[in-house]
Amino acid sequence: MKKSIIRFLSLALALVMVLALCACGGETQQGPGPAENPNTEAPATEPADDGGNEPAGDEPSGGDNEPAGEASGTFKLGGIGPMTGGAAQYGMAAMTGAQIAVDEINALGGPVQFEFKAEDDVNVTDTAINAYGRLKDWGMQVLVGCVTTTPCISVAQEANTDRIFALTPSASSTDVTAGRDNMFQMCFTDPNQGLSGAEYIKTNFPDAKIAVIYKNDDAYSVGIRDAFAGQMGDSIVYEGTFTDDTQTDFSVQVAAAKDAGADVVYLPMYYQPATVILNQAKAIGYAPTFIGVDGMDGILDQENFDASLAEGVLVMSPFAASSTDELTVNFVAEYQKRMGQLPNQFAADGYDCVYAIYNAIQAAGLTADMSTADICEALIATFTSDSFSYSGLTGQGMTWSTNGEVTKLPMAFLIKDGVYTTP
Amino acid sequence: MKNLKKTTKVDFATYIGVTLAFLIVSVLQGRDMLTNAMASWLVPVCCFIVMAVSLNLVVGISGELSLGHAGFMSIGAFSGIVASMSLSEAIPLAPLRLAVAMVVGAACAAVAGFLIGIPVLRLRGDYLAIVTLAFGQIIKDLITCLLVGYDKRGLHFVFNLDGLRSVNDLHLEEGGVAIIKGAQGAVGVTKLASFPAGYILVMIALVVVLNMIRSRTGRAIMACRDNRIAAESVGINVTKYKMIAFVVSAALAGAAGALFGLSYSGLASSRFDFNTSIMVLVYVVLGGLGNIWGSVIGAAVLYILPEALREFADYRMLIYAIVLILVMLATNNDQLKALVGRIIPRRKEAETNG
Repeated sequence: MKKSIIRFLSLALALVMVLALCACGGETQQGPGPAENPNTEAPATEPADDGGNEPAGDEPSGGDNEPAGEASGTFKLGGIGPMTGGAAQYGMAAMTGAQIAVDEINALGGPVQFEFKAEDDVNVTDTAINAYGRLKDWGMQVLVGCVTTTPCISVAQEANTDRIFALTPSASSTDVTAGRDNMFQMCFTDPNQGLSGAEYIKTNFPDAKIAVIYKNDDAYSVGIRDAFAGQMGDSIVYEGTFTDDTQTDFSVQVAAAKDAGADVVYLPMYYQPATVILNQAKAIGYAPTFIGVDGMDGILDQENFDASLAEGVLVMSPFAASSTDELTVNFVAEYQKRMGQLPNQFAADGYDCVYAIYNAIQAAGLTADMSTADICEALIATFTSDSFSYSGLTGQGMTWSTNGEVTKLPMAFLIKDGVYTTP
Repeated sequence: MKNLKKTTKVDFATYIGVTLAFLIVSVLQGRDMLTNAMASWLVPVCCFIVMAVSLNLVVGISGELSLGHAGFMSIGAFSGIVASMSLSEAIPLAPLRLAVAMVVGAACAAVAGFLIGIPVLRLRGDYLAIVTLAFGQIIKDLITCLLVGYDKRGLHFVFNLDGLRSVNDLHLEEGGVAIIKGAQGAVGVTKLASFPAGYILVMIALVVVLNMIRSRTGRAIMACRDNRIAAESVGINVTKYKMIAFVVSAALAGAAGALFGLSYSGLASSRFDFNTSIMVLVYVVLGGLGNIWGSVIGAAVLYILPEALREFADYRMLIYAIVLILVMLATNNDQLKALVGRIIPRRKEAETNG
């Protein structure tokens, strides 16, 4: 009897210790940025944008919304994305990318500083709303998120009601931005991806017979496929579907595409199922041209995947970790230091989101003591103004339309000798 | 008061406890003392309380392990959303439309529960669990294939089973809206759910389930659970009573689903996967099988726990798991039970009374 009570007490004690440890861990989570900087200080010091580490950013010169004053203060950026569960890799990547950008900006020591807090949504709608509520309690002024489409639709609605400016790195459905003037996207919309894929195939493979394999329980995959199929019409000879539960075997779909005589196979999906498809196509001696979308980025770093299988695959992505421009090289090095792997497009989108917001804050001359609604209105005006454009990791000269969609050029990469090359 | 039965007292205490909790939270909310995070928990907590109470009817009272409860929630959610969106002009009053949507959700889930119950309730034990799991999965996949739109001519349905159709195949007229877009789920939903509606639904679920348990039907259901052969030998129609429990449980889950669906502007069927079924089962088991107020508390505490643990950032899910294990150990620990029994001596006698 006594013994068991002691055992129970020791267990409880151990738990308390674990909790205490975790609490410490939680506190050190805060970025190493400089402590609270004086935000009301007169900005007589040098302006922040003197080239340096900043992406080839361009200060909008002139234009309708001439800066009202010098931007200053510590802005609170909130981030929402899945950091546990099946979609964790996307959320982790985007939030780490954003954190890198925040740390870089803080290290510049300019008048505009950021405090960044990322919350987990497990890719579930109600958890995302809870995370959003928590960030609001924390005093979030601008939202970087959500990372995935389904939770983002609900969070976007809340942010619209609360007038909080939101820029999502990767929620690509048009439903995210539809009817919400404060919601902007850093990634292509799904229909846009499908259309540019169709465009590319029409130009480069005019008479091709096309097969499409897509994931019909995934909004991203379905969105791209619908636009693509609408554009290609009769030249599609085969369409195969799969779901989350069946993405480990594609022998049926691959064989059917082969039987249909398809010489181009369009794969609107993430890279993990695509590796299986490439493997199984090779196994039956089927070698069409595989064309992927931006989700295909990352295929070369997939563990246990023979990268030679991806030889000749076309990836339509705005970002390639193997690019040799200085910005990408620095970002890839920093990301690898933190995460031990190459960044994918999500990480680059997260990074770009923070810098785009940073540039817009400077262009509009915002101060952190302004109300969230005022910041929201000013950022909307800046993002949609003709004079504002942003160049970063995922594109040059990006501009935003009033419906929140980004305009940038997709880049097609051909995988050759294990690296991305421009075809 | 004294001549009230023990069970009646517990039932009334449950009603009063839930009402008190509702009043306290409402007052706090009215005075703006709730944080935004807390305010966002209210409606989903109500939904999951109803889910847990209704699942307890099947698992605890009827004694059948069902692993597909989220499927009924899903049916309720999407039929409720369709009803609410298509009736938005016919019934402009939001609370009434919410009520209608919940009734439609409950009815659709009840029909599905009846159809699924016919084959499922002929099975026992593990086999029943496996088949309910399969049905939950089938419901999820079917809704993934479902396209629904609404325009002046009425509702349009397309079943995208071959994966070749899209929203354009609904052929909506000018001004029509696509309500459910297959894998993308329902988007652009007008939010109707409110905390008072959630409270009313919880009370309805409690009244229905508690009264059913204490009635002749409930005793027959429990008799089937305790000894099927003995129950049959005294002339109880086992399938009928198991079916009653199953259908009532499905209907309540459907109503909870409708409330849940109408509290967010977008919802995909992947929310109602196997994991959600298991989560609800965990609420029931930790609250105590057959113990209705236990389900209420279990669902509320375990839904809020992972949110409250956000302070621990990366360790959140780890600590959540540790807490679950500790609660399991603690509630099954005889020494601890004896300890509690000594502190509250009356508890012992209550246990012997059942």
